[in-house]
Order: sequence, then C-alpha cells, then structure tokens
Amino acid sequence: MIAAQILVAQNIFFGVIALAMLIAAARVVTCQNVIHAALNLMVVLAGAAGIFILLGSEFIAVTQILVYLGAISVLFVFGVMLTRAPIGKSADLDNSMRGIAGVVALLVAGVFGWVIYKAYGTDAQFVLAPTGDPNEVALTPQLTREVGIDIFANFLIPLQMIAVLLLAALVGAVTIARKD
Amino acid sequence: MYLIQYLFLSAMLFGIGVYGALARKHAVLVLMSIELILTSVNINFLAFGAFNETTRGAVFAIFVIAVAAAEVGVGLAIVLLMYRNNKNIDLTEADAMKG
Repeated sequence: MIAAQILVAQNIFFGVIALAMLIAAARVVTCQNVIHAALNLMVVLAGAAGIFILLGSEFIAVTQILVYLGAISVLFVFGVMLTRAPIGKSADLDNSMRGIAGVVALLVAGVFGWVIYKAYGTDAQFVLAPTGDPNEVALTPQLTREVGIDIFANFLIPLQMIAVLLLAALVGAVTIARKD
Repeated sequence: MYLIQYLFLSAMLFGIGVYGALARKHAVLVLMSIELILTSVNINFLAFGAFNETTRGAVFAIFVIAVAAAEVGVGLAIVLLMYRNNKNIDLTEADAMKG
C-alpha cells in the first residue's frame, strides 16, 4: 500500500468521532440521570452524522441531523419531562438484571466482532484512487441526486408504504396519548 | 480507512444498545437504547453501501430512519399512557399481564 493512499485525515476524524460516540453511548446506558442520558444520546446521534459524512453519504447525514437531533431528541426530552416523577419504588434506573445484560451484550458484540473479523478482516479498504486491486474501493460520495433517483425509480412503492406507516403511527400516537 | 473500522464501531454500539435495553427499567431509557441499536444498523447499511459503490445503503438507511421516527412516536405515547395510568414508568412494575 502506498503511503499517499492512506486517508490520514479521515482516519483521525474517524478515531475521534468513534471514541466520542462510544463514550457517550456508554454514558447513555449507565448514567443515573435521565436528562444526561438524553444529552449523551444527542452526542451519539451527532457522531453518527459525522460518520455518515466520512462515508460520503451527505443526504443521510443531513437527514440524521434533521430527524434525530432536531425532532427525536426533543421528543425524548419531552417524554422525560412529562413523566418526571418517582419512577418506581427505588430511584435506581437499572433493574436487577445488570450482570446478565452485560454478559448478553458482550456475547452479542463479541460474536459480531468475530464474524466481522473473519469475513472482512483482511480486505475491504477505502482508497482515493484504486489501483485495480479487487479489495480496494474508491471512496466516492453518494450524491443526493443519485439517492433520489434510486428511491423514485426502484423504491417508489416502499416509499409510499413508509408514508402510510408514518401516518398510521401519527394517528396511533395521538389516539393513545389523548386524554378522554 | 478499512470497512472493518465501521463494522466494529457498529457492533460495539449494538452491544451497548442491547445492554441498555436489557438493564434499564426506565421506559424512556429503553427507547433510547433502541435508538442506539438502530443507529448502529444505519452505520452498517451505509458502510456496506459505500463499499459496494451503490446508493442502496442510503435508501435503506432512509427507511430505517423513518421507521425509527414512527417507533419513537408510538413508544413515547405508550409511555405517557402508562405514566397516566400507573403514575410510574418502571418497567419492572408493569406486570399486569404476568401469568
């Protein structure tokens, strides 16, 4: 591998963003303050937008910021505020299964990591200018135009189904949460 | 940049999300953990999409984001209803249908 082909800036930013995401995600599932958990979740979602930018998916990154950071985090904070009360017999936010949950999570992540390492450990590299090696892939941006054409040419009916699903979810949420 | 970097990040986020969904008893925190899981799935979709030089990863990521939005809306409505009926949202005490 030629030294000029190592994407230095991308690797540095990936490391920084991934570290921030993992620390914030760990704080989401461990900290004992629900508002702090929501704010840490916002850090994770913003980091995911950065990762999407690194992968060249500009449209998904912007959608992530609009939908997750703009709408869903606010929804979470509202949900926390509207149910702000003693949440049960004890103030502890964790149940008694913490050990088993840790074992299951380690097992899941371990098996995934092992499978990923077996399948993609030796190849699959992003470079700026591929040299013809089958394991090298050019890191090309996925333009919004191409994504839009793909959706509206090949996934029109699923898109309409998603619209119906969102409508049904909206009506369902209003019906469930309404006071009557 | 290797593809495996993204896949490892995604696997670790998935594990953290699974831990949160299992170990938390505050209903809103469980929904947040599910958001972590869905974000890790999106990272996987986009990493494989970029690696295969196709836009299909982005298309599926959009569908995942839309379904996640619907899920959070309905989930928080259910949490609000639970709070109104039980005056708490402790999932370990929501055992009315326990056999």
